[in-house]
Amino acid sequence: MTEALLKVENLRIELTTRAGVAPVIDNLSFELGHGENISFVGESGCGKSMTALAIMGLLPEGVGRVASGRILFEGEDLTAASDSRLRDIRGNEISMIFQEPMTSLNPVYTVGEQIAEVLRAHQGLSARAARDMAADLLDAVRIPNARARAGDYPFQMSGGQRQRVMIAMALACRPKILIADEPTTALDVTVQAQIFDLLRDLRRDTGTSIILITHDMGAVAEMAERMIVMYAGRNAEIGPVEQIIDHPRHPYTKGLISCVPHIMATLTEDRPDLTEVPGIVPGLREFGQDRCLFASRCAYRTEQCLRQRPPAMAFDNGQLADCWHAETL
Amino acid sequence: MNFLRVTLIRILYAAILLIAVLVLNFSLMHAAPGDVADTIAQAAGGIDAEALEQIRREYGLDQPFLVQLGRYIGNVLQFDLGYSYFYSDKVTNLILSRLPATLLLVISAQLLALVVGVVLGVFSARKPNGILSHFVTFLALFGYSAPVFWTGLLMLVVFSLMVPLFPVAGMRDVTIEGGFFVQALDIAHHLVLPMLTLASIFLALYSRLSRAAMMEVLGSDYVRTAKAKGLSPRQVVYKHALKNALSPVITLAGLQLSAVVSGAVLVETVFSWPGLGTLAFQSILARDTPLILGILFFSALVVIVGNLLTDLALRLVDPRVGGKR
Repeated sequence: MTEALLKVENLRIELTTRAGVAPVIDNLSFELGHGENISFVGESGCGKSMTALAIMGLLPEGVGRVASGRILFEGEDLTAASDSRLRDIRGNEISMIFQEPMTSLNPVYTVGEQIAEVLRAHQGLSARAARDMAADLLDAVRIPNARARAGDYPFQMSGGQRQRVMIAMALACRPKILIADEPTTALDVTVQAQIFDLLRDLRRDTGTSIILITHDMGAVAEMAERMIVMYAGRNAEIGPVEQIIDHPRHPYTKGLISCVPHIMATLTEDRPDLTEVPGIVPGLREFGQDRCLFASRCAYRTEQCLRQRPPAMAFDNGQLADCWHAETL
Repeated sequence: MNFLRVTLIRILYAAILLIAVLVLNFSLMHAAPGDVADTIAQAAGGIDAEALEQIRREYGLDQPFLVQLGRYIGNVLQFDLGYSYFYSDKVTNLILSRLPATLLLVISAQLLALVVGVVLGVFSARKPNGILSHFVTFLALFGYSAPVFWTGLLMLVVFSLMVPLFPVAGMRDVTIEGGFFVQALDIAHHLVLPMLTLASIFLALYSRLSRAAMMEVLGSDYVRTAKAKGLSPRQVVYKHALKNALSPVITLAGLQLSAVVSGAVLVETVFSWPGLGTLAFQSILARDTPLILGILFFSALVVIVGNLLTDLALRLVDPRVGGKR
């Protein structure tokens, strides 16, 4: 197998809070291949966005830092890269779209200008060429009448259109990796489907690898080849999407999957009750303890879970689960 | 909505507001005890009641209130603000002759406060725990709490008497002769202390507000987007953040115009600056009703026009104001 495009090794991110230092990401490792689509899944506060920001080199200044581990992008360690090198990569080779399309665009500049700006910064395009290309990009993300709309301000656009603008901006320099942090959470269901369609088509056309952060299992099944289920800053389970959905090896994954209502179920007499994962994600104070952090919410809990952090159990099909009972599940 | 139409409607409102100000000013002055006839009588060392009545008749002060009011508004609409008994000159002439000095002081102080205030605010917002940031907090406290005439007197004591760098009073030195450039330099030399004094209050306001606005904007989603694009810190701060942080500062600067005008009265009096402020001060002492009314009217005009300009400036900075569609 060739060298992975992005390789995260034993990443540990520490967050300084008033109560002390907490490891919001604790010993996380994964790889992303060329053109691959991987999904991060988990409840809010599990460290999905934190991981994304770490890859971008945008951890909140003075609060979060990479304590140990490496983030290798094409063999280059981003945690050791200079600020100016990171700026060259951001928006150019790795770019990101965010959860809040309503507030993620600058209200006082036209959308065309905000796209053209990336092209001028990274591709050295002239003002005119960048403006033309921005209009082409708006057309590519299926905004009708793109050339005229390029002169619009964000407040003149709907949420879905703004997210399209964000996507156009992120893909302007044909990045190798696109990180999409819950790109559809703030949008209508129908618009969500359109955005996913768009992302899928663009990926096919450009060969960009995508890291999709979401808690929508349906989106994962539709979009990604592999998924990482995260819990309390740690890996819970990682592996090919189909196999994990077919046979989750971690109780948390199992819980997440059974939360998803199935459309056929509502049409037939056989209607299984929707379940939930009881309890909530532990507070930052409990992060980093040497035990299974999911144990307090887990039906399969044993004495061992409370005493020792479970190691990653590997399976032949490529699945990895951090659970003492993975083999029996 | 159409930009021109909005502007015209605003001007119409402004005109109605001005007339309301006229009526209110006149009524208040009328309600106050004593009129110009008393002042003239006093200046003459006391005259009998009959002479007093005659003065009142001459100036139309014996007419009913509404008649006087109507006549006054009618005159103002014809740009006639009346005649100053004290200065023996037309009020319009007096105001126009003093206006340039005041405008020079007010505009230079306002500009200085805005530019320095915003720069201080931006720098301190980038390092919220730095020395500069604490300095801005201190400056704001000082500016809020120190009365402007006290600051002015302190400036005089320190920079004119103890360290004689600047002249004590006035706007120009009559002994200096020379071309335009020499004269301008002389005026600038006289301007420094009053300008700094007047600017001190507003500097505190603007630096603190722009610091707060900037800190909020720097934490916003679109600044994160700008960083994620790989823009330099300079572009992120000055292009993406500053333009958004300016709106509240411009709004405040517009609202503060009236305070600048009233602050100018005190500063001009302290520094004997020959502007509208000293004129207002003297006219009040002299109970020169037409002149007081004229100056009040003019101040209102300045504030209203200022607010109109603020509105237009906001449109330039923020496209959401007065929306395109």
